[in-house]
Amino acid sequence: MSERQIQLEVLRYNPETDSEPRYQTYSVPCMNEWVVLDALNYVKEHLDPTLSYRWSCHMAVCGSCGMMINGEPKLACKAFIHEYTDQIRVDPMANFPIERDLVTSVEDFIAKLASVKPYLIPKEDKPISAGEFKQTPAELKKFKQYTLCINCMLCYAACPQYGLVPEFLGPAAISMAHRYNQDSRDGGRDQRQEVIATDTGVWECSFVGACSEVCPKHVDPAGALQQVKVASTIDWYKEHLMPWMKK
Amino acid sequence: MNKPYVRPLSKTSWFLTQTRYKRYMAREVTCLFIFAYTFLLVWGLKRLSEGPDAFNAFVQALGSPLGVLFNLVVLIAAVYHSTSWFNVTPQAMPIQRGEEFVPGKIIVGAHYALWAVASLIVLVLGV
Repeated sequence: MSERQIQLEVLRYNPETDSEPRYQTYSVPCMNEWVVLDALNYVKEHLDPTLSYRWSCHMAVCGSCGMMINGEPKLACKAFIHEYTDQIRVDPMANFPIERDLVTSVEDFIAKLASVKPYLIPKEDKPISAGEFKQTPAELKKFKQYTLCINCMLCYAACPQYGLVPEFLGPAAISMAHRYNQDSRDGGRDQRQEVIATDTGVWECSFVGACSEVCPKHVDPAGALQQVKVASTIDWYKEHLMPWMKK
Repeated sequence: MNKPYVRPLSKTSWFLTQTRYKRYMAREVTCLFIFAYTFLLVWGLKRLSEGPDAFNAFVQALGSPLGVLFNLVVLIAAVYHSTSWFNVTPQAMPIQRGEEFVPGKIIVGAHYALWAVASLIVLVLGV
């Protein structure tokens, strides 16, 4: 186990005393096997108990420890020390307001996620006695990738469009709408289209593609958004050129 | 105490902060060269309508060093623009056959193949 002395430069912000954030550097003895989250935990336990950040599972499942590591949106639990030089800069996730230190406001994202109705809306009600809604492996595969989203919000931190236009519904919320729209058991697409096929929905996306590049679970939100655009465009043509055809 | 701090984001230079944003801007900006070329084609049509002398002068201007340079720059920009879009087509148009998705390489490859065929047709017709 080799040890390295890392200069961890962390953006600090205390809403009670600070008018704006400032960097504070900690000298941390890191094991080469550590991830950046381990280094932050070392700071919290040994150097500065006032440092605030979110984390929980330490295994890229909970999606809590998203932050900017050397300017790149990353999960701190998945950013290995051995991939960095001895100087590492840690910022809160870009495009989000800072609550304190590395903790950002998540209310905007949660509200947007809820607005797309990210749950099954069955085409027709059926009694429990009628049995389960069945699905073939091919039908499952169609949307499986999008179910891997852990709501870590790194895609929002990577999206310049969200930074410039905060009203934008954003990658993860629209991908989640797409996930349910693609589900053979679901009948709620019309309800979701009212939210996602709008100017602040999918049409705000200009396909920078950064969301998919930073996604730690390889969900490919950029792909989902382009597919929503294609489907919405087909809707428009059907409605205006072939009004006799029901969607 | 709730006093969230919003970091400022430059409306004019945000794309300079990351390489992937610069790549995106390159893709977007190269379309202006294609726009300029379509303008040139329309200009050529106008010259054609003005008679053979005007059109010959137009064709001669295209063959001048400046004309060749313009064509070369536009070609490079158009190739960059087109290939950058080709390469992301599997994301926008995934094709599922049975249970599996068709590999992205095949979807991208089909675009390059169609491009080659279209170029060949234009070359054959043009000669």
